[in-house]
Amino acid sequence: MSTSPADSGMLDQRELDLVNQQNKAFMNPTPSDSGMLDQRRLDVGRKQHFQDFLFHKLTMSFSLIVLVSLIGIIASLAVVAWPALQKFGVGFIWRIEWDIVNEEFGAAIAIFGTLASATIAILIAMPLSFGIALFLTETCPAWLRRPLGTAIELLAAVPSIIYGMFGLFVFAPLFAEYGQPALQSTLGQMPLIGPLFGGAMNGIGILAAGLILAFMILPFIAAVMRDVFEIVPSILRESAYGLGCTTWEVVRHIVLPYTQQGVIGGVMLGLGRALGETMAVTFVIGNSQRISASLFSPGSSIASTLANEFGEAADMHLSTLFALGLLLFVITFFVLAGAKILIIRTERAKGAKT
Amino acid sequence: MNQNIYRKRVFTNRIGLTLSMLAMAMGLFVLLWIMFILFKNGFQALDYNLFFKSTPAPGSAGGGLANAIVGSLMLVGFATLISTPIGILAGIYLAEYGDHSKTAEVTRFMTDIMLSAPSIVLGLFVYAIMVAQFKHFSGWAGTVALSLIAIPVVLRTTENMLRLVPGSLREAAFALGAPRWKVATMVTLRAAKSGVVTGLLLALARISGETAPLLFTALNNQFFSLDMNAPMSNLPVVIFQFALSPYEDWVRLAWGGALLITLTVLVLNILARVFFRDKISA
Repeated sequence: MSTSPADSGMLDQRELDLVNQQNKAFMNPTPSDSGMLDQRRLDVGRKQHFQDFLFHKLTMSFSLIVLVSLIGIIASLAVVAWPALQKFGVGFIWRIEWDIVNEEFGAAIAIFGTLASATIAILIAMPLSFGIALFLTETCPAWLRRPLGTAIELLAAVPSIIYGMFGLFVFAPLFAEYGQPALQSTLGQMPLIGPLFGGAMNGIGILAAGLILAFMILPFIAAVMRDVFEIVPSILRESAYGLGCTTWEVVRHIVLPYTQQGVIGGVMLGLGRALGETMAVTFVIGNSQRISASLFSPGSSIASTLANEFGEAADMHLSTLFALGLLLFVITFFVLAGAKILIIRTERAKGAKT
Repeated sequence: MNQNIYRKRVFTNRIGLTLSMLAMAMGLFVLLWIMFILFKNGFQALDYNLFFKSTPAPGSAGGGLANAIVGSLMLVGFATLISTPIGILAGIYLAEYGDHSKTAEVTRFMTDIMLSAPSIVLGLFVYAIMVAQFKHFSGWAGTVALSLIAIPVVLRTTENMLRLVPGSLREAAFALGAPRWKVATMVTLRAAKSGVVTGLLLALARISGETAPLLFTALNNQFFSLDMNAPMSNLPVVIFQFALSPYEDWVRLAWGGALLITLTVLVLNILARVFFRDKISA
């Protein structure tokens, strides 16, 4: 019944002792020792009070581990990154330079790759997960809701390295053969965005990384959207249907405005995931330290740079990698904190209005 | 005129709903596609050798993933042993004491962020505090990194599940004179047992597939080793190295390993859901 056999055995023994004590105190209330009885009760009470106190502090200290490790992460990253931060200063962030031999580093290339792939992922995943959430909450027949919802959640469970292998061995060749030529002959011919889709077509690159990322973060965004869609009071929904609204109009004009913040929160949660994703991106982004106008060209993200170069890094190079890691952590921290605040607000609104 | 507006609305509705159905189909398609590819490539590698031979040297044929499988089991096992008590006790704190406390509120918020924090950064952190201090990669460092990922998962599910326990159950126990720690451990925790197991399984699933934090901590080991103080072979890192290698045999092994961890993760996820459904129906 309890968490582990050893644990339950101990608790049972202690409990037995305590019950025995209490029973003794209760069962034998002879008038002569009523003073002693009170004393015993007091003792039991005191003992339990003390145990409660210990339990409170114990559980609290365990929950503080999370806080401590969070602070520890920032502190330790900052300490190791300090030499690099000192050497390159704030300019580190927009410096386009990655010269391992001469130990001249800037983060701009990795930041660009991270932001570009994450933006592509969000642009693709947002409408898709909206569609999935809409389908699951509005049109899906009730008996299919559970299996389909589970299937989408399993998409989130697939380890990221599997996405990476899939992207590199299966998706990239297909993308180079069919996807990229199609994009180049359509979007690539348009003014302004044309150059984004130019250059050599070998399947891997920032665009491919963004596409793979899109399917990795889709389940997270869809799950949040589905949850917040479900908290819309049915009275609002039904009133709209009663006025003759179509399903689309209900979603567009009732559900979306009501859950706006939560939806944005879900998208930001997905963004946070996309920014920090490592393995999938490392496999398909191409890992080259340069910025180019074309999204077809290989690049690198903060996480992929870490995964690729950490093994051979030493001294200033290592310190720079830690600086990159710190940068990544700080960026995702703020994105995720924003997401969380928006989602909490939406859920609070539900508490206030229903 | 009215007829036109009506038609337009119906049309928009139909387009919107069709697109949403297509989005759903696309999600399913990708899942099935990945599973298909995994089975197609992975089954070729599944044989006796995969489970009983260690990873081959560069260029040599044959070999298996025995050392990586055992290493992964040990890393994940120890990480579960560490994160389970911490996660559950911390979850009890947030659920039983955490309603009007600022500390609890901050902890809850930070835990939610840790849930989605980039796992590679956790690897860097453990590298800085363990590997750099002891001057060598080790299985323990990998275990600590995995625990840091698992704790928030266990913590948050435990808390959510404890909150589902009806307040009347708690009040009944209090009314019988039970102290708070007993109510928490022997009444609410027991009532929420299957939910907590769900959390454990989800955490297990999450860390079984994690690669990034192990790159800087457990690293890899070409040989069979049970020494937690030495670099330890593990499936995700072996897959990473072998998949990107030029040797065909290695890539084949990588697919075999990929199939193994994906099946593990999916089975754990489905088990977790089954446990949770029992909870709901009970």
